[in-house]
Amino acid sequence: MDVSQEFPSNPQPGAEKTDASAQEENKSYHSFQTNAAATRPEDSGFPGRVHPTPSGGILVTAIDDVINWARSNSLWPLVFGTSCCAIEMMSTASAKYDWSRFGFEVARATPRQADVIIIAGTIVNKMAPVLKRLYDQMADPKYVIAMGACATSGGPFFYNTYSVVKGADHVIPVDVYIAGCPPRPEALLHALITLQDKIKRGLTKEQINGS
Amino acid sequence: MPSANFEEQQWLNVNVDHNEWPGLAKSLRDHPDLNFDYLFCLTCIDWKTHLTMVYHLESTQHRHILVVKSKLDRTQPDIETVSGIWRTAEFHEREVYEMFGVKFRNHPDLRLLILPDGWEGKSPLRKDFEDPVNMVKL
Repeated sequence: MDVSQEFPSNPQPGAEKTDASAQEENKSYHSFQTNAAATRPEDSGFPGRVHPTPSGGILVTAIDDVINWARSNSLWPLVFGTSCCAIEMMSTASAKYDWSRFGFEVARATPRQADVIIIAGTIVNKMAPVLKRLYDQMADPKYVIAMGACATSGGPFFYNTYSVVKGADHVIPVDVYIAGCPPRPEALLHALITLQDKIKRGLTKEQINGS
Repeated sequence: MPSANFEEQQWLNVNVDHNEWPGLAKSLRDHPDLNFDYLFCLTCIDWKTHLTMVYHLESTQHRHILVVKSKLDRTQPDIETVSGIWRTAEFHEREVYEMFGVKFRNHPDLRLLILPDGWEGKSPLRKDFEDPVNMVKL
């Protein structure tokens, strides 16, 4: 991964949309050239630049970069699947697609130990206060992924139903939306990577609002 | 049974009058040739002019299936419960009560099953149910 030493000049607040044919980021990352003798911790993805000195090197970095890198590589999701998207989430978690490669190692059952809540499924009117309560119980920094059509906008239940909330963002603020009914596991992995990039670039709500 | 008439669709359908249904139900279960001891579906259909109660019965011994339908008046949808005959009807009739507003006489515990509090009498699965907040009309 390249080294990014500058924050984007125009941070865009709000959520990003991603789907199977999603746009890649067209931001340019600056890669500072160091001397050939320097060790390159940035090759491992760790943000920072090594300033070569005769006795080794000094790693120069920004604390925000390191914190964002650490947070994004270890997001623990909350077990929250209400509907059919939960099956796709389960298959992403299991051996073939395996999201623990990206750091989503343990899926916690309690929101107090979770970082990201993946809303996989339909939110009905009866479930909405439960979802709000779970979100409130999560500790900052917390992120939300709305998986599938039902969590994005009510999905197939947008018209003519008395019981479905038309989109989870009526209840809690969402960072990443995934389209699909249900989205493929690859699409969910793409969304997780997008969330990681969003955190690394400092574009999530709490990073913009300065918490 | 003078008022029953039969149709042959996927399974044999019987249309009975809703006043005569309880008498027929008990003999359907107890008669040794029929032995319909498994009620596997109990629903209601809302035709715009009337409601129809539908009962799907199966016999675990003889393995035949029967469908019983009975018309109900929309303005006064009242029918005798069959939960004394097939115990599974308790929950199914509660669901029909909450979704369509059909009152079951002598039901041991007739109240809302899944809908939260405040939905008494609203009958959301009826065709004339209006909800301008949640339901978007095309």
